[in-house]
Amino acid sequence: MGKLARGVALVGAGMSKFGVFKGKTSRDLFVEAFVEMLGTVDKGIDPKKIEAFYMGNFSSDLFEGQGHLAPILASWTGLNPIPATRIEDACASAGVALREGILAVASGMYDIVLVAGVEKMTDLPTEKVTDTLATAADVQYEVPAGFTFPGFYASMATAYMDKYGATPETFMKVGIKNHEHGSLNEKAQFGAKISTLMEARKTSAAKKGLPIPQWTDEMEFLHDDKANPIVAWPMRLYDCSPVSDGAAVVLLVSEELARQFSDHPIYVAGTGQASDGALHDRESLTSIKSARLAAEQAYKMANVGPQDIDFAEVHDCFTIAEVIATEDLGFFKPGEGWKMAEDGQTSRSGEKPINLSGGLKSKGHPVGASGIGQVVEVWKQLRGEAGERQLAGNLRYGLTHNVGGTGQTCVVHIFEKRD
Amino acid sequence: MENQFTVTAFNNYLKAHRLMGSRDISTGEMFLPPRPLNPSDFSTDMDWIEFSGKGELRAFTSIYINSTLMTEAGFNRSNPCVVGIIKTAEGPSISALVVGLNGTNPQTLKIGTPLKVKFIDQGEGDARKTLLAFEPA
Repeated sequence: MGKLARGVALVGAGMSKFGVFKGKTSRDLFVEAFVEMLGTVDKGIDPKKIEAFYMGNFSSDLFEGQGHLAPILASWTGLNPIPATRIEDACASAGVALREGILAVASGMYDIVLVAGVEKMTDLPTEKVTDTLATAADVQYEVPAGFTFPGFYASMATAYMDKYGATPETFMKVGIKNHEHGSLNEKAQFGAKISTLMEARKTSAAKKGLPIPQWTDEMEFLHDDKANPIVAWPMRLYDCSPVSDGAAVVLLVSEELARQFSDHPIYVAGTGQASDGALHDRESLTSIKSARLAAEQAYKMANVGPQDIDFAEVHDCFTIAEVIATEDLGFFKPGEGWKMAEDGQTSRSGEKPINLSGGLKSKGHPVGASGIGQVVEVWKQLRGEAGERQLAGNLRYGLTHNVGGTGQTCVVHIFEKRD
Repeated sequence: MENQFTVTAFNNYLKAHRLMGSRDISTGEMFLPPRPLNPSDFSTDMDWIEFSGKGELRAFTSIYINSTLMTEAGFNRSNPCVVGIIKTAEGPSISALVVGLNGTNPQTLKIGTPLKVKFIDQGEGDARKTLLAFEPA
């Protein structure tokens, strides 16, 4: 256990813009991502050579009234009759689909595999989206208590604040940082800093002849109950990732084929995945055990440690989740993550840049697509193709951390640039 | 083995205003909600055990944007719903509604607050359901 039977590489990656797209279904977004991916394969690929398709999707059944989505997406991209399989592990669906694709190539069964994540969420009204997301929790024993997803993470936040001394302001600073990062990402749902959004609201009030709000800075704006309402205390609107539509795609090949397709393949160095029960059944509410276990497996396989990771895309479905993730991944000691966040150490100029893409918070969180959305960012950064938001220096290792539910699933991948 | 430690059985006990879990007969380990199989030793040799209903608040939130279920129960932005993870005196933790605390002033709520169980009946006759809640002890 703990080792791939043969190496696997990424030779293409693409994504649709994440956001709210009226009139576009999951298949439309998937086609956009697929076509973009084809354009990133340096030496080109005949799509007819793809042998299998794994697709992460949380709940097209409830979001769009469409089950059995994988063969439809395969049909829309000319991939039939290859095997097309949907993987569901809530918000970790795409990360797990990636892992299944990796295992399929590593096993020797296939040489060329397409992996995707897709979600179309915005057709439903907000309360139905909330109810649909809640099906990722235990609907017999957690949901009847009144829990919503913001509620779960808010509870982890109260436990974390009580244990370590963080404050709601800590979480606000994580949101500000991710919006700053996302302002450099043309694919992000909110490609704007919170300060820009704040100024836009002032301008809009002035135009409408309404009293102009007197926020002097972002923190004042974020403390305003009207501008930044409480969703589940201490999580406010700007602590929560948005409701989003989007798709992301990567192409995997066996390591020995990588150079046939790509001048700069990105190699899978490590993969890990773990599961857990309901939040109330866990010993710790301030750490996600499945994330610790998945990270441990991935580090071991890659033969690296947290100190070797140049940057990471972590599952910041809520701002508290990013703080906990940076501890679970071993970047910071338990109880230190919030201090490092406040100190700017997770920003693009800090010691451990987290969520250069803007994270789920700013880039958007089409739940079943997010895990591959993260990988697209790592692909771009490691290949030096991230444009304005390219991290400086010779990057070697990038990590993705994708959580389903409150940690009932976590999947971690480590990617490597070799040259 | 016919499984009697079901969700339905737990909910029927709630309707009778009893908080019932299961106990591994050989090890004494307790489970709330009840489990038919002990995940640490795979034993299915269980019996029912009644919990005292005493516990303390381990984590909480005050939810302003509520699920359809809680909206129908009367919770909303001006009447937010306090929800928590409660550690029972017997050991296991469970998710439940917490009543009798001020959800509009969540920064005053404290982890560690002693609580006791409260059974909230909803609906009439055959449609009657009982919601598990806790309140300050």
